[in-house]
Amino acid sequence: MTDAELAELVKSALFKVAPDLEGEEIAAEQRFRDQFEVDSMDLFNFVIELHRATGIDIPERDYPRLETLAGCVAYLKAKGFGK
Amino acid sequence: MIEFRMPSLGADMEAGKLVEWLKKPGDLLSRGDVIAVVETQKGAIEIEVFNDGVLDEILTKTGENVPVGHVIATIRGKDEAPGLAPGAAVAPVAATPAKVPPKEALPPPRPEAPAVQVQITPAARRRALELGIDLATVKPGPRGIVGIDQVEAAQPLAKERPGIVFDEMRKAIAAAMTRSHREIPHYYVTSTLDVSPLMSWLEEENVRRPVPARLIYAVPLIRAAALALKSASELNGHYEGGAFEPAGHINMGIAVAMRGGGLIAPAILEVETLGMDHLMERLRDLVARVRGGRLRSSELSQGTVTFSNLGDETADAILPLIYPPQVAIIGCGQIAERPWVDDGKVIVRRTLTVSVAGDHRVSDGRRAAQFLTHFQQLLHNPEKL
Repeated sequence: MTDAELAELVKSALFKVAPDLEGEEIAAEQRFRDQFEVDSMDLFNFVIELHRATGIDIPERDYPRLETLAGCVAYLKAKGFGK
Repeated sequence: MIEFRMPSLGADMEAGKLVEWLKKPGDLLSRGDVIAVVETQKGAIEIEVFNDGVLDEILTKTGENVPVGHVIATIRGKDEAPGLAPGAAVAPVAATPAKVPPKEALPPPRPEAPAVQVQITPAARRRALELGIDLATVKPGPRGIVGIDQVEAAQPLAKERPGIVFDEMRKAIAAAMTRSHREIPHYYVTSTLDVSPLMSWLEEENVRRPVPARLIYAVPLIRAAALALKSASELNGHYEGGAFEPAGHINMGIAVAMRGGGLIAPAILEVETLGMDHLMERLRDLVARVRGGRLRSSELSQGTVTFSNLGDETADAILPLIYPPQVAIIGCGQIAERPWVDDGKVIVRRTLTVSVAGDHRVSDGRRAAQFLTHFQQLLHNPEKL
């Protein structure tokens, strides 16, 4: 998968758990929390959604790497997803 | 025959617009069934019935604004003949004049943004409402989408008058909190707790659990608060008409911030009966429905106490106002590492400042302090929660 495809996958996971954000432009480097007032429950649900979409087992200590769009894409690649 | 009235939707909501009937005359109803959906300042809310019976007549049309307490339908007993007024002798159904109370005029249709191919995100709509911005004046972004950024960029141009424009939700919150501030003689007690044992336990627990079954730390906090409230009846109930009525169950309102502004505190009913996994499930469901679904009327009207958790990266403590007619609210600040004295030594621990606001018409600070002590003891043994 290309970076753009991975980014689309991440975005759709985010929109699934925060449907009111559907269609919003997501800044690659800005934290979801800072850009959209997402809270811990939203982030929790987002991780579940990423896990469902990719099958990757995401330990809790990795959650900080999933706070931005760019971070998520880098994480999925590091985990070898989409190769 | 029972007159079914628009139920209370909490202290800060006085009316709603009926958007959909989910049952039709002749349908069998059981207590708790959702019969209609109303739109309020805080989103769509499902209206539940309180009785078993048969829906007799619908008295409110879709699109009408309905104040709380207004009769919107009649419900008859299962064996009762249709169309009979209470106590009426035999009368032909067709000849019974519908007892329709005076209704409010239909609100004028809301002017919509022009029908060009511009996509506006729901979060942007809410933000525009909060800022008082006419969406028709907002320039879409590069992909033809109006998002939060575009709405905020439009602010200086679109503002018609100086100062903040309050949307309906802000007005509703202001009304409830003004009442709270005016009527309730608040007192506050606070304690800072060492939650390191709780957080270590939770981290170990979550390592063992698969991703979807993990817990967030709000869950043990809510669980401990529910258990501690069982022996603090003066903090759980309603104060109405000059008297306090303690509640039999703990229906804990959970304050949830809405993106774009505003706050709502739907209740998890009988929260003291739920173990942590069920609690997590219910909390997820509740937050999901605040974000994009529907809350139920019972969740908004039957809260007996409220829990407000600020969460990560917020502030150290919160001193919240009680949501009338409740008599207490529990507030938690962020969990942060702070110096802590243990056995004469200063060490680094993760700590949490918890506040309880109580109503002096019902209790004193000592009672809330006892509750806090109990709450703290429970959190020291999270595995037993």
